[in-house]
Amino acid sequence: MTAVQFNKDADGIVTLVLDMPGRSMNVLNEELTQPFADAIGRIETDESIKGVIVTSGKKEFLAGADIEKVYAMTDPQEAFDMSEAFKGFLRRLETCGRPVVAALNGTALGGGLELALACHYRVAINNPKAKFGLPEVKLGLLPGGGGTQRLPRLIGIQPSLPLMLEGKELNPEKARAAGIVHELADDAADMMAKARAWIAANPKAAQPWDDKKFKWPGGDSKHPANVQMWAIAPSMASAKSYGNYPAVTHIMSCVFEGGITDFDTGCRVESRYFAACVVSQVSKNMIGTLWFQLGGINKGSSRPDGFERGTVRKLGILGAGMMGAGIAYAAAKVGIETVLLDTSQENADKGKAYSAGLLDKQMKKGRMTQQGKDELLARISATTDYADLKGCDLVIEAVFEDRGIKADVTQKAEAQLAKDAFFASNTSTLPITGLAQASARPKNFIGLHFFSPVDKMPLVEIIKGKKTSPETLARAFDFVQQIRKTPIVVNDARGFYTSRCFATYPMEGMTLLAEGQHPRSIEMAGLQAGMPVGPLAVQDEVSLSLSMHILEQTRKDYAAEGKAIPEHPGAAVVEKMCKTLDRPGKKAGKGFYDYPASGGKQLWPALTEHFPLAEPLPQQELIDRLMFAQANEAAKCYEEKVVESVADTNIGSIFGWGFAPFQGGALQFINAYGVDNFVKRSRQLAKQYGERFKPARILVKMAKEGRTFNA
Amino acid sequence: MAEAFIYDAVRTPRGKGKKDGSLHQVTPIHLVATCLNALEDRNGLDTALVDDVVLGCVTPVGEQGADIARIAVLYAGWDESVAGVTQSRFCASGLESVNLAAMKVMSGYEDLVVGGGVESMSRWAMGSDGGAWAMDPRVNQITGFAPQGVGADTIATLEGFSRQDVDAFAVRSQQRAAAAWAEGRFGKSVVPVRDLNGLTVLDHDELIRGQTTLDTLGQLKPSFAQMGQMGFDATVLRKYTTLEKIDHVHHAGNSSGIVDGAAAVLVGNKKIGRKLGLKPRARIVATAVMGSEPTIMLTGIGPASKKALKKAGMSAQDIDLYEINEAFAAVVMRAARDLGIDMDRINVNGGAIAMGHPLGATGAMILGTVLDELERTDRQTGLVSLCVGGGMGIATIIERV
Repeated sequence: MTAVQFNKDADGIVTLVLDMPGRSMNVLNEELTQPFADAIGRIETDESIKGVIVTSGKKEFLAGADIEKVYAMTDPQEAFDMSEAFKGFLRRLETCGRPVVAALNGTALGGGLELALACHYRVAINNPKAKFGLPEVKLGLLPGGGGTQRLPRLIGIQPSLPLMLEGKELNPEKARAAGIVHELADDAADMMAKARAWIAANPKAAQPWDDKKFKWPGGDSKHPANVQMWAIAPSMASAKSYGNYPAVTHIMSCVFEGGITDFDTGCRVESRYFAACVVSQVSKNMIGTLWFQLGGINKGSSRPDGFERGTVRKLGILGAGMMGAGIAYAAAKVGIETVLLDTSQENADKGKAYSAGLLDKQMKKGRMTQQGKDELLARISATTDYADLKGCDLVIEAVFEDRGIKADVTQKAEAQLAKDAFFASNTSTLPITGLAQASARPKNFIGLHFFSPVDKMPLVEIIKGKKTSPETLARAFDFVQQIRKTPIVVNDARGFYTSRCFATYPMEGMTLLAEGQHPRSIEMAGLQAGMPVGPLAVQDEVSLSLSMHILEQTRKDYAAEGKAIPEHPGAAVVEKMCKTLDRPGKKAGKGFYDYPASGGKQLWPALTEHFPLAEPLPQQELIDRLMFAQANEAAKCYEEKVVESVADTNIGSIFGWGFAPFQGGALQFINAYGVDNFVKRSRQLAKQYGERFKPARILVKMAKEGRTFNA
Repeated sequence: MAEAFIYDAVRTPRGKGKKDGSLHQVTPIHLVATCLNALEDRNGLDTALVDDVVLGCVTPVGEQGADIARIAVLYAGWDESVAGVTQSRFCASGLESVNLAAMKVMSGYEDLVVGGGVESMSRWAMGSDGGAWAMDPRVNQITGFAPQGVGADTIATLEGFSRQDVDAFAVRSQQRAAAAWAEGRFGKSVVPVRDLNGLTVLDHDELIRGQTTLDTLGQLKPSFAQMGQMGFDATVLRKYTTLEKIDHVHHAGNSSGIVDGAAAVLVGNKKIGRKLGLKPRARIVATAVMGSEPTIMLTGIGPASKKALKKAGMSAQDIDLYEINEAFAAVVMRAARDLGIDMDRINVNGGAIAMGHPLGATGAMILGTVLDELERTDRQTGLVSLCVGGGMGIATIIERV
């Protein structure tokens, strides 16, 4: 069976059906491109063929390139040749002298859309779930199948750039509005009929760019409006990327230079930049983590085998504060009946109103209908009555971080639950095993650590208590996926995984402040390193008072265990800010920043009085300290088996606390730096700045053995 | 080694660089020819003795494109044996021409060279020649391009110059320029531009607003805040990590004006002067160029001036008068701070904020300005310096003889 079926009908119209055997999706690799090229050869030589329709035998049209192959590629010549070969046969297709129509029965992304762009006409079934786009940039790549040349020539330079630079995906209606798809069809039959009609009406089709009189829509790169745009676009891009994403620069170069040269030269230029992307460390980091490791997690690599997939139909949430309200929204959104319980009806209602607020915002943007809003809100019942929890498959407590209160609500809730229901605590600090002592069924007790704001944050950290059963873990895992979030699984240890590692980031930032580094330079170092927010700003968000509370709790715990506390130098800054300077954080309107009522924020001007400036360190030194602190802690967590898989460690770092995505996560950062180099640099940092930088033992061992972290 | 002497320096008046500016009616080559013919007439010059004409032009496209220097030689009716070369060192081009002329003479390879420049900003807009820096997104991104105005605002932010400070500087430039014109201090250099009938098109710098006050300037909106918001502030802040934001203080009233104009300086060795019966007015003592941080772009004046002073074996205090191009108010204020000199020695007859900055010509123009003023006040040494696009500085020291 071949991956490309060649069906010629009585009218001389050939339908090429992409249908790779043994795969649920078509992907671009030799298994597909070879028979495709053969088919083009037949079309070229058979004059009785009047037109060509390209469509797919799968649910979707074509998902894109074979990422596995791209990931393995390290030779730029090989990448260049691959890009040229693909473009070569697309070029033959579009210049075959017969009309060629892409009949898009479903999603066409990346190379899939590039193939469609090499057709003269595109008809798509109007299925709102179908997506069209060039998302290569999200993996550190660029469209290497002529996409950077065809799309701007089709819809204009300025409209095409965001599609490629941000990897936006469009539904059929939006794709048609953008000029990418020409016509929409109701169903497959309608699509094929429209494709045939177009072929009949356009026997001599050619691409606009092959017309001698071709004019760029919106002008080429030399057009004054575009010249002005080219002067500004790089600054705008860098303002977001901090220059950390080479694909962004390369995509701009492809479009810019292609807008000066002819089409074929532009394609050569694209192949060169594509090859640079393929072999770049950034694309290896992003593909390794955000494609393969994330894919593995989504397929259940951390889920215990042998349990049927569970579905939560009714969910109870204890505590309608910020977290509880957010979880309620996330659950109701996917159709789960949700009971939101608090001590007063007023509080419970307030928690429900949070969802209404989010939905109103979406309605304003046209992303939600009144009906959708009403339906979602109807799924949330706000209550004070524990009896309403009857029939819940799962109850999540999100009450104040106090063992006593948590024990009380756990018992009250369990009294209402069926035997097979399970119970989760959304604690971010208290050990699960201890909390489970309040439970009558500790096997069914687990930690589900959500991140704030729940509606935006993609991760949930699942914490196994000592007695948590594998079945409960599997059900928790399934629930997290049910609400369309990514689960990572960790063991029960102080701070679990994400909170513990994340804390090193603001702590190191505060240490730099105490040492007399300029607060703004510290913040900039975090941003330049690829973190979403500076370390001081993020500490303000968390609030210094909360950190103070945790610090005091930890001190007490250590004292109780009779151990000396290994105190971080950043702790003194937390204490000074809270206790001496009364700057507890953002909520209070004053932390490292001032938060004027008019909006925005600015660093507290007196900060440098209380933390006097010293000789500035090179900016790279600041960046290294912030990144090494996090990565080394992640390695320690992995070493201590707090987190057990490389994938969970990397994805947890990116999705949980915003570790620089282009680095591919905290462990991949070490891989890319070179484990041996990381150990050496860590020792240097430890010598200069303190023992906390001493490399994790596992790293020293790995460096000796020449190993890296592999998923 | 031969010495290089300045025998004469002329310039056109500066016309407002917009379609209602007087010189918008005139071709750029006509502006050059006006200067060349003035040098010829004033000095009874046998043009066959001139080796080369070096002209600066920053936007060499269209009418001022290709090698306008050579074509201007022919158009001005000079001997066809005179060569011509056009070059660009951005805003320093005019002074670069004079420096190159001096180097040609001092090397002994040539005896008599004209250095000057031209820019019709009203006809050929600044930036219309493109260039890799602003236009090629990869170059732009990798090198941290930001518009000069944002760089000037960054200088003000770093140095703590307030809006009031830079406006006060601008008011002084206007007042000094207006007073200088009222006293006829530019009479020696300025050659009126006439049309082909001999009718005067422009005989004075038409941009000056002598009535400018802090209040009138206070009403102007910052010119570069919007550009800053489009990502350029962010570009600067990534480099200047102690800044939290850029204070946008520059506007049309405290930045150099966009104008049309040309200038030419006659440079030769001692022997040729004798042969022509010309009296040298000054000697070129030292010149310097150097690179500076490119994102701010405008901090090269101090370093380049110090480099030239070192070559000359002089200190900043040894210089009687400075002409520092007023690209933006903060640029000159920062340069004064870098060099440790008082404002009363800088731009005593105003500068480009009042009279304008015809990019390719300015350096040669203000060299003439400082020479005239040295002669008028009977002082000896002058230093001319400009900040330069791409992050450079240029300086030239002259001494009366």
